[in-house]
Amino acid sequence: MKWSEFFVTGEPLIYAADVAIVLTIIGIVFVLTYFKKWKWLWDEWLTTVDHKKIGIMYIICAVLMLFRGGVDALLMRAQLTVPNMKFLDAQHYNEIFTTHGTIMILFMAMPFLIGLMNIVVPLQIGARDVAFPYLNALSFWLFFFGALLFNISFVIGGSPDAGWTAYFPLASNEFSPGVGNNYYAVALQISGIGTLMTGINFLVTILKMRAPGMTLMRMPMFTWTVLITSVLIIFAFPVFTVALALMTFDRLFGTQFFSMANGGMSMLWANLFWIWGHPEVYIVILPSFGIFSEIVSTFARKRLFGYKAMVGSIVGIAFLSFIVWVHHFFTMGAGPAVNSFFSITTMAIAIPTGVKVFNWLFTLRKGKIRLTTAMLWSLAFIPNFVIGGVTGVMLAMAAADYQYHNSYFLIAHFHYVLIAGTVFACFAGIHYWYPKMFGHLLNEHLGKWAFWLFMIGFNICFFPMYFLGLMGMTRRMYTYAAGLGWTPLNVVATIGAVLMGIGFIVFCYNIYYSARYGERDMTGDPWDGRTLEWATASPPAHYNFPVVPEVTDLDAYWAMKKNGSGYEVKEEQLEPIHMPSNSGRPFLISIAFFFAGFGLVFKWFTLAIIAAIFIILGLILRSFDDDDGYYISVDEIKRTERLARKGA
Amino acid sequence: MAEAAHRYDETMPLEYRTQESRLNILGFWIFLGAEVALFATLFATYLVLFQRTGSGPTAKELFEVKDVLIETLLLLTSSFTCGLAVFEMRRNRLSGLLTWLLVTLLLGAGFITFEIREFIHYVHEGATMQTSAFLSSFFVLVGTHGAHVSLGIGWMILIIIQILQRGLTPRTARKVFIVSLYWHFLDVVWIFIFTLVYLTGMVI
Repeated sequence: MKWSEFFVTGEPLIYAADVAIVLTIIGIVFVLTYFKKWKWLWDEWLTTVDHKKIGIMYIICAVLMLFRGGVDALLMRAQLTVPNMKFLDAQHYNEIFTTHGTIMILFMAMPFLIGLMNIVVPLQIGARDVAFPYLNALSFWLFFFGALLFNISFVIGGSPDAGWTAYFPLASNEFSPGVGNNYYAVALQISGIGTLMTGINFLVTILKMRAPGMTLMRMPMFTWTVLITSVLIIFAFPVFTVALALMTFDRLFGTQFFSMANGGMSMLWANLFWIWGHPEVYIVILPSFGIFSEIVSTFARKRLFGYKAMVGSIVGIAFLSFIVWVHHFFTMGAGPAVNSFFSITTMAIAIPTGVKVFNWLFTLRKGKIRLTTAMLWSLAFIPNFVIGGVTGVMLAMAAADYQYHNSYFLIAHFHYVLIAGTVFACFAGIHYWYPKMFGHLLNEHLGKWAFWLFMIGFNICFFPMYFLGLMGMTRRMYTYAAGLGWTPLNVVATIGAVLMGIGFIVFCYNIYYSARYGERDMTGDPWDGRTLEWATASPPAHYNFPVVPEVTDLDAYWAMKKNGSGYEVKEEQLEPIHMPSNSGRPFLISIAFFFAGFGLVFKWFTLAIIAAIFIILGLILRSFDDDDGYYISVDEIKRTERLARKGA
Repeated sequence: MAEAAHRYDETMPLEYRTQESRLNILGFWIFLGAEVALFATLFATYLVLFQRTGSGPTAKELFEVKDVLIETLLLLTSSFTCGLAVFEMRRNRLSGLLTWLLVTLLLGAGFITFEIREFIHYVHEGATMQTSAFLSSFFVLVGTHGAHVSLGIGWMILIIIQILQRGLTPRTARKVFIVSLYWHFLDVVWIFIFTLVYLTGMVI
C-alpha cells in the first residue's frame, strides 16, 4: 500500500485536521510533561476502577464526540444552505453524514448516558462501587479505543461512506471499496463489546447491591430506567455483534452473507441491523426519561406522580422496542400483512410514552417549581419530544410512510426525539449532577444562555425540515437544483444549526468559567434533593458512603431529611471498608484491541494476530491475578469524614 | 463491593460463599443470556440462508453422518464428565475433580479435532466459506461454536493449573463452577446445531 493511499489526501479541510491533530498531541504531551502530570494521569485516571472517575472520563469523551459530530453537522448544513453549493463533493458529503450519525448515536449519546449512569447509579442505590469495577474500566477503555479507531478513519485510510445504517449491497466491497466500512465494522465491534459488559455490570449491580431496605419498588426512577436499559443492551447488542461480524467476514474474507450472487441476501443486513438498532434508540431514550423524572420531581418539590405506571411503561416500551424493527424499511416490500403488524406495534409505543408524558405533567401540577437550568432543559423536553413523537406516529402508518420515507420529514422526526429526548437529557443531567462530579456548580446564568440558544436554534434548524420533507427533499442528497423552492427553508435551518453551535460553545465556556469561579457545593445537597446521591459529600469520598444507609421510602434521602436530620454517621458505626485495587490492565488490553482492529481494517493480519496474542495474554494474567483489593482503615475514614464535615 | 464482598457464608456450597463469588456467578448467568441472543441470531441467519446454495452443494449433498455423530457423542459425554467434576468438588475431593476436568478437556479436544477434520473434508470437496450463502452461514455458526469450545479448553487448562497451585478455595471453586456453566451451555448449543443444522440438513 502506498503512503498516499494510507493517508487521506487532496482536501484542504483534511490537511487542516492533520495539522490540528498533530498540534493537539504535541500540546497534550507538552502540558503533561511540563507540569509533571504523567504519573498523576496513570495513577488517578488510566488505571482507576472508581465508577465516579470512569463516569467522568465517559462524559469528557462524549463532549468531545459531540463536538466532532457537531462539526460534521455544520459542514453538512454549510453545503446545503444554498443550491448547487461546491463546498463538499458527493463522496466527502457521504462520509460526513455517515460519521455524523454513527458518532452521535454510538460515541456521543451512549457514552454520555453511560457516564451519568456510572456516576449516579451506585450513589442512588447506596453502593460503594459497581458489581465488577475491573470490568467497568475495561468497558470504558474498549469504548474509548473503539471510538479512537473510528475517528482516525478520516485522516488515515478514509471514512465509512455508506450511511450509519451501512445497508448492503452499498456497504459491500463492490460498491464501497477502500477501508472506510472496515473501520465501521471493526471499531463498532470493539466498543460494542464494552457496551455489552456495561449492561451486564449494571444489571448485577442494581439487582444485588442496593442498600438494605431499597426494594425494587423503592428504587429511584433513573435507576429503574438503567435496569431496563441494561436488559435491552444484553439482548440487543449480541445481534449487532453478529451483524458486524458477518459484515467483517463479507468484506475481509469474501463470504456471501449479504452479497448479490451465490445466494446472499442484502435484506438480511437491514433486518439484523434494526433488530439491534431499534432497541438501541430506546437504550438512549430510557435513561433520558429517568433523568427527566429525577429532575422534574426534585425541582417541583414533589414525589414523582404515578411511579408504578412509570415503571410499567418503561417495561412496556422495552418489550415493544424488540417488535417494531421493520418500520425502518416499510418501503422495501415486506407485504401488507407484515407492514400492518409492525405499523400497529409501532403506534402502540405511543401509549406507554404518553403515560409518561402525563405523569411528568402531573408531577409538575401544584409543585413548587424552581426554574434552574436542569429544570429548563427538562421542561423544554416535554413539548419538543411530543412533536417528535407525534410525527413518529405519522411515520408509523405504513401506507403514509411511502410518502415520508427517507425524506427530510424523517430527519426532522428523529432529530426531534433524539435531540429533545437524549441530548436535552444529557445537558439536564450534567447540570443537575455536576456538583457530584466536581464539587462545584455550573454557572446558572451561562447555563440558561446555552439552553435558550441551543433550544431555539434546535427548533429553527429542524422544524423547517418537516416542511422540506413534505416538499420532496430527500435525505443524504448532497446538493439540489435552484428551482425547487427549497432554498429559503434551508437557509433558515442553517441559521438554527449555527445557533446550536453557539449554544454548545457557551456550554463549554461555562465548564471553564465554573471551574474557576463556580460556586462550591459545601453541603453535598445543593438542590434539596430526594435520592441518596445527595446524602454524600460533593464530590463523594472514594468509598461513597462511610456507613451503608438504610432505606425506608421511595425518596430515601427526602424521608431521612423529613424524619430527622438526614444521613448522619456516628463514628462508632464505622468499619473498615473494602475497595478494589486499581489496575492498568484494562487500559493495556484495550490498546491491544485497538491494534488488532487496526490490523483488521487494513488486512494486516500479522499485526492483528500479534495484538490478539497480547489480548489473550492480558486475559491470562487477569485469571492468575488474585488481588483481593484493600481495606480503608477506620482512622482514615474518620479523617476524610471530618474534613468533609469541616467544609460544610 | 465494600466489606460485603467478603461477607462469608458458611452454609453455602464453596463456590457461593463470598459475596464476590455470588456476584460473579450471577453476572456469568446473565452473560450466558447474551450468548443465547448471539447464537439465536446466528441460527436465524442460518435458517434464512440454508437453502440459498447458489452454485455450491446443498446440505444434503455435503454432510457426513459419521463424523458428526462422533462429535456429538464426544461433546455430550464431556458435559456429563464436567458435571461429575463439579460433583466431586462439592464432595471436596480434589483428585476426583482434577481427573474429571482432565477427561472433560480431552473429550473437548477430541470434539475439536473431529470438527476440524470435518471442515477440512468439506473444503477439499470445494465447499468453502466463500462458495455460497448457505456455506458462509454454516461455517460461521458451527465455527463460532467451535471457537467457543476451543476457548473453553484453554480456560479449563488455566483453572486446572490454579487448582494445582492453590488447592480448592472459594475462588478456585467458583472458577470451576463458572467454567462448568459455560461448558454445559456449549453443549446445549450443540444440540441445536445437531438437530437444526445436521439432522434437518440431511432430510430437507
